[in-house]
Formats: sequence, structure tokens, C-alpha cells
Amino acid sequence: MGIFTETQWSPYVVGALIGLLNILALRISNKPISASTTYIKVSGMIRKIFQREKVQRNEYYSQKTPEVDWGVMLVIGVVIGSFLSATLSGDFQLTLVPEMWASNFSESFFPRFITALMGGIILGIGARWAGGCTSGHGISGASQLSIVSWVAAASFFIGGIITALIKYSL
Amino acid sequence: MEKYHENKKLQLLLGLVIGIVFGFLLQKGGVTKYDVILAQLRLMDFAVLKIMLTAVIVTMLGISYLYPKGKIQIHPKSGSLKNSVIGGLMFGVGFAILGYCPGTIAGAVGNGYIDGLTGGMIGIIIGSGIFASMYSTLKKKKWIEDDHFSEVSLFQRMKGNSFKYTLPFALVLAGVMAVLEVVGV
Repeated sequence: MGIFTETQWSPYVVGALIGLLNILALRISNKPISASTTYIKVSGMIRKIFQREKVQRNEYYSQKTPEVDWGVMLVIGVVIGSFLSATLSGDFQLTLVPEMWASNFSESFFPRFITALMGGIILGIGARWAGGCTSGHGISGASQLSIVSWVAAASFFIGGIITALIKYSL
Repeated sequence: MEKYHENKKLQLLLGLVIGIVFGFLLQKGGVTKYDVILAQLRLMDFAVLKIMLTAVIVTMLGISYLYPKGKIQIHPKSGSLKNSVIGGLMFGVGFAILGYCPGTIAGAVGNGYIDGLTGGMIGIIIGSGIFASMYSTLKKKKWIEDDHFSEVSLFQRMKGNSFKYTLPFALVLAGVMAVLEVVGV
């Protein structure tokens, strides 16, 4: 049980186990691990409450049917799994503002909330535009040797590194 | 295996179980934390890249073994180089501002990060919804389109033993990580 109560594992061990998990997912579920599609499905499920017809007529939602599927369950599982890991190691902590943010910008919650919201909106549009995220393109697509996934993954990091360097030089 | 793939209830359960293991691993890797992700994007600590590259190597070698035998199918994504560059750069900007990505933010929520739950997750859902509303127009104006790389995997083009191609590539990726270790990041 000792290893489960450790706070951090080597990135190589974590990466190798994620790789094995990905192969298992392909074998038993015929699906590679991905996360961002869940958010478009959830957005459709929420909008259906207010604008049922509009969602039904929407071309994009007809490709990404707003329903609870394997991927939505996966993202719910990630919340649970992370909670389990953090609780076992005593690493769980309710945090309003992450440390690196607080020490560079502000300790109050509202500015962090607004930037997280804005960042999330930009990321959400970008993920759909590119057709995937760090898991779907960066791990699953890249390992399936898809060119569009390698280009997307490189673009994630180019955009991310430039923005982060600007953000922390202000 | 096919009859298991078609069993919807079983698949929902498997999705949950795989997600739990994935979330557990992400948390143990530290990438459910804003500080770790920003340290990567600020080029101070390369844990995120090491996890991703190792996962890619292992998955790629697994596919090299199982795909030619017909034990698994592959699912290369649709899209184009243009979609990947435009969307990818936009994603990167959001990634650095938010400090989480769609998978790790779910892990951040499990780790107790309230900014991820209230700001980030809602933001990603709103952003996805905005895209759905723009999609028809973007497609009509050819801002978004598929090219001849859409749904293409190099595994489909390989002749003979896949390891002939993937093993040297795995060594290159391992070499990149060896350099990172030597540099000490």
C-alpha cells in the first residue's frame, strides 16, 4: 500500500502506466483516451434544457450527440480517481487560488476566477477547432501516428509556452 | 471483444473505471496542479512533457504489436493541418491562461482546486458551446476543413513489421527525455 500513499510518482512511471491504460482502453472499449469531447456533450445537454430545437438543428451537436457516453463517464472517473489519490497521500486540499498565481498576481479569488473562466472559454473553442486536447491529440492521436495530432500537440505547446512566458513577465 | 464493445452499459462502467485509474495517475504525476502545468509552460520543469512522451512511447509500441494482428482498431482524428494549427494555438493560449487542460482540470477538481471547478470547467463548457454555434459558418467560410491528413495514421501505411518504424522513433523520443534529464529540468 506504501506506493499509493506517496504524494508523487516518477513522471516516467506515470506516463508508462497511462500508456498501458490507453492500450487497455483500445482493447476493451475500442476507444483511445480523450477528454475534451465530454465538454461539448455537456454543453449540449445543458443547452437542450433551454433551447431544445436549436440544439437538435445544430450541425455540430448532430455529430457530437449530447448524451452521457463512455467519454463523459471517463471524465467523471478522473475526478474520482484524482480525489482518491490525493486523499490517500494527504495531498487533498481545498484551494481557491493556486500558489504560483497568488505569489505573482493576487491572493483574492475573483481575478483568478475571471482569468480561469476566460482561459477556459478560449481553450474550449481551440479544443473543438483542433478537434482534441492534450489527451486526445497529445497522447492518443500522437501515439497512433496521426500527423494532424502531432501538429496540434506542437501548436498547444507553442501557444502555451509563449502565453505563459508573457503572462509571467508582466 | 466486439460483443463487449457493443454492450452500452458495460462500456459506461468501463469508461468510469478507466477514468478513475487515469485520474489517479494524473494526480500521482502532479499534473492536476496549476503550479506544475505552468512550470512546464514556463520551461522550468518538464514533468508534463515527460509523462506525455512516455505515454506516447508505450501506447505506440503497444499499437505496433496489437494493430497488425487485428487485436485493436485505431482511430486517427479527422481534421487538417490548418485546423490543428489555428485551434492548437488558440488552445495553447487558453491552456496557459487557465493552467489546466480538459483532462487535468477534472483531476484538479478531485484535488480540491475551486478555481478549476467554478472558473475553468464552466469556461471550457461555454467555449465548446460557442464553437458549436459558430461551426456551420466556420465550415462554410472554409475556416475549418478536412485535408488529406484527415483520419490518416502512419500505421495504415506501414509495410511489414511496424516495429521497424516505431522502435527507432521511440528511441528518438527517449533521447529527447534523456537530454531533458542531462539539462536537469
